Amino acid sequence: MTVNTQDLQKEVWKSLDNVMDPEMEPVSIVELGMVEDVEVEGKNVNVTLLPTFSGCPALDMIKENVIDEVEQAIQKLDESLKVQVKFRYDPPWTTDRINESGREKLKTIGIAVPDPDQKRGDSWEVRCPYCDSVTVTMENIFGPTACRSILYCKSCRNPFEAMKPIA
Amino acid sequence: MTDNKILRELIYQLADDNFIHSYRGSEWLGLVPHIEEDVAYSSITQDTMGHAYMFYKLLEEMGEGNSDELAHARKPKDFRNAILLEEKNGTGTYLDNPDYDWAFTVVRNLFYNVYKETQLESLKQSSYEPLSITARKIETEQYYHLMHWKTWFMQLMQSTEEARTRMENAIRRVWKDFGGVISQGRYADEFSARKYIEPEEVLGQRCLDKLGELCKSVDFNLEGKPGMEKGNGRNGEHTEDLKQALETLSEVYFSDAEASSW
Repeated sequence: MTVNTQDLQKEVWKSLDNVMDPEMEPVSIVELGMVEDVEVEGKNVNVTLLPTFSGCPALDMIKENVIDEVEQAIQKLDESLKVQVKFRYDPPWTTDRINESGREKLKTIGIAVPDPDQKRGDSWEVRCPYCDSVTVTMENIFGPTACRSILYCKSCRNPFEAMKPIA
Repeated sequence: MTDNKILRELIYQLADDNFIHSYRGSEWLGLVPHIEEDVAYSSITQDTMGHAYMFYKLLEEMGEGNSDELAHARKPKDFRNAILLEEKNGTGTYLDNPDYDWAFTVVRNLFYNVYKETQLESLKQSSYEPLSITARKIETEQYYHLMHWKTWFMQLMQSTEEARTRMENAIRRVWKDFGGVISQGRYADEFSARKYIEPEEVLGQRCLDKLGELCKSVDFNLEGKPGMEKGNGRNGEHTEDLKQALETLSEVYFSDAEASSW
């Protein structure tokens, strides 16, 4: 059975949306903007991912999960299809690649995403993910994972995290 | 020497600097002045190991061998890191009476990171594209590291008399071997001739100007040229401290190959 390339790509993107970031469970790698490209070459599906932070220990796990999910999806269509995953640094991953649904889901687990227009060196515009207040303080630029910072909301008195702006 | 060999010499300098610098940082885990610093410094160290990994991967792609092997299985004389970065954090070991010097660490980290920023800016224009792409990626993270060490440096330089004395002593100590960080080793001229990176004198001066400004802002004058008293790591000269570091960090790699693939 031959599947047309467009349908196949659509199927792959759909399956990629099932691959969650292992350290931010409800958010998928598609929502985080980590998927740069899905290419079909004959019987091969090539998925190109952009690492968020270069020392992120979740990368290997993400790669394996991508292979599992995509393989399952494409082999339902054609058993002879294969998937390959590679990481690339060009273009570099930046915070503005996180899409709207990613931003909303991150909020539900207490992680704010700074303004997508942020440039390096700008002061941060961060809203509390719980009460939307802007009266927040930075506790630590570095957080529990390489991509996150620790903040505190002075309005609702909750600690929260924010994605570290990368521009 | 072939172009390829010369390029590899430069990438070994970059990979080994980041690798050994990250290792010395990791030894501070649980020992830094306060818990927020533990979160910050270990995160910086993790990023920095990622930077080393990216450079080792470039070498792997050039046919130098597996990146894990490059990091763990080379002899000290094959390392190209600056000697300043391999120096122990203090007396004792991580497990046995660690008496580490925070002032030395802050000054070493700041000075190296000012150089690294200068280096990355130059590498972004490198004629070897994989190097410029890698530099662009690293820069986004390094920005936060530099900011972090600047904050410590400025605060401790303007703190109590004891802090000031310790910091000034640390600056004098770092200065004695900072020349080895700036050095590009015996192939420096070839690097710039091929436009892999700007000339040693140009980058070095740019870095020293930045450091001079920073020190001046807290009333400290950096005098004279930085030295290279312990030798030039870019040419394979190293101290016992590198040997100790490599033995420790490669222990698992050599005892259980399967475990180290994690």
